[in-house]
Amino acid sequence: MPADVFAKKRRNSLLLFLLIGAATAVSIIITEFSIAKGVSSVPKAIQWSLSNFYPTKDSLIKLPDILIKLKETLLISVAATTIAGILAFAFAILGSNTTRVNGFFGGFSRGIAVLFRNIDVSIWALVLLFSFGQSSLTGYFALFFGSFGFLTRAFIETIDEVSSSSVEALQTTGASYLTVISQSVIPSTIPQMISWVLFMIETNIRNATLVGLLTGSGIGFTFNLYYKNLSYDIASLVVITIIISIISIELISNYVRRVIL
Amino acid sequence: MQAEGPIKPFPAPAGQDLDNMLLERLSKKPFSKSSIAIRMSMLVLAVLTIYAFSSFDYKDVKLWDALILTIDNLKTMFFEPHLKHFTFTQALYQVSITLGLAFLTTIFGAIIALMLGLLAAGNISSKPLSVIIKGLVALIRAVPTVLWVLIFAVAAGLGSVAAVIGMTFHSISYLVKAYSESFEEIDKGAIEALQASGANWWQIVFQVIIPSSITYIISWTFMRFEINFAVAVAMGAAAGAGGIGFDMFMASGFYFDLSEIGAITYFILIIAICLEIFATQIKRKLKEAS
Repeated sequence: MPADVFAKKRRNSLLLFLLIGAATAVSIIITEFSIAKGVSSVPKAIQWSLSNFYPTKDSLIKLPDILIKLKETLLISVAATTIAGILAFAFAILGSNTTRVNGFFGGFSRGIAVLFRNIDVSIWALVLLFSFGQSSLTGYFALFFGSFGFLTRAFIETIDEVSSSSVEALQTTGASYLTVISQSVIPSTIPQMISWVLFMIETNIRNATLVGLLTGSGIGFTFNLYYKNLSYDIASLVVITIIISIISIELISNYVRRVIL
Repeated sequence: MQAEGPIKPFPAPAGQDLDNMLLERLSKKPFSKSSIAIRMSMLVLAVLTIYAFSSFDYKDVKLWDALILTIDNLKTMFFEPHLKHFTFTQALYQVSITLGLAFLTTIFGAIIALMLGLLAAGNISSKPLSVIIKGLVALIRAVPTVLWVLIFAVAAGLGSVAAVIGMTFHSISYLVKAYSESFEEIDKGAIEALQASGANWWQIVFQVIIPSSITYIISWTFMRFEINFAVAVAMGAAAGAGGIGFDMFMASGFYFDLSEIGAITYFILIIAICLEIFATQIKRKLKEAS
């Protein structure tokens, strides 16, 4: 018997490897990707970056402009995430199995979350461009919709995991719905939720660059401008400022996470 | 006020050091440092949000009118979708290109990340090597994917090669972090037991590390595949990677055709939701198995 089990296991993993191999081959053909070109482009890109992609003394003149755009982008990411977090909390309360009011609202808010989560920020950006033009609000709403879907799912999972027993305990004492939410659900889930919000802010700063590229605003636009003008020294300065801001935000949120969790 | 805690009203029994100490510890609210941190971070976020709204570059956009216009546009998108500049089969083909890009990046990323992840895990690798790889990976992760693709596009030209390599870079950095963290959670005793019996590094990796973290590896990798599909759509739109994302960019930026964007969005949504359902199922199966 055991020999059979091992043989079956081996057969299964062999089959899986063959499947993955076949899928890789098909993907290479339809995307017209060439492995040789791909492998050779890495050293070429490194060589090119070392000889062109670094800031020079002249490019530092542009630093104040870049920092203004960077600040705008950072603020948009934070504002979109916080407001999305508040709305997502309301939807998560309605959508969680432990705290939902009734099945209809539960299904409704889960459905909305699925819809918003699976429409990528790039799609939102291209659609919102029609109504908001090249203002900060395009980026704000694109990030807002994307974060809202993701945070709703994360919050629902958090509420289901953390607070089901304490909710039951309070309900048996005859506490009202609002008391249960404010005395049990919020206190027990807030550290997890802040951790998710911080994670989302990090993600959104990266997404904001993409949205900026698509909609012509913020730091993404600044990068695109210098990149297309072949001013690679200034473009590299933009990249460096992005790296510094993302890493420092990661460090801050790691610290906060360590303290609150 | 709340920091005082609810225990305060009880009078301390005099002369008993132990009770005093106990009472002192009880009267402090537990996790006070964490509750301060929670309040501080909420305050900072609130202040930054308010400041952000006051500093936005509104460019004469009337918020209310624009919101109503957005709802109108969404209605056109979702209720009157049509394909004008390409056929249904062409759209399917473009979706499969996007899926192919996502698949290639995930596979390449996973293979390379598995090797780097083993070297980055503190419990089976040397300390300096682990620190160096983790630092490098954090640096790669800090650069948005679209910038990686554009940087590689200078060397390889715009197209699938630059897109796959650029997206792979980001996948590697994400997966190295995920893999190495799940390797580090492995029970120390199991590794030590094999070391004591004279197993070499490869034997430890294949007998302990991979088998005991395979469920994590699979679910992280599939999660990255989900992300990479969305990224591949975005790269088609922003970095000329081809696929359905590029069609969407054309529909938005050149034809101004909301109905076509709507049809494309349906295509993307269906694939994304299928992937999500599949991922949930895999996770459930793995949970049952372990």
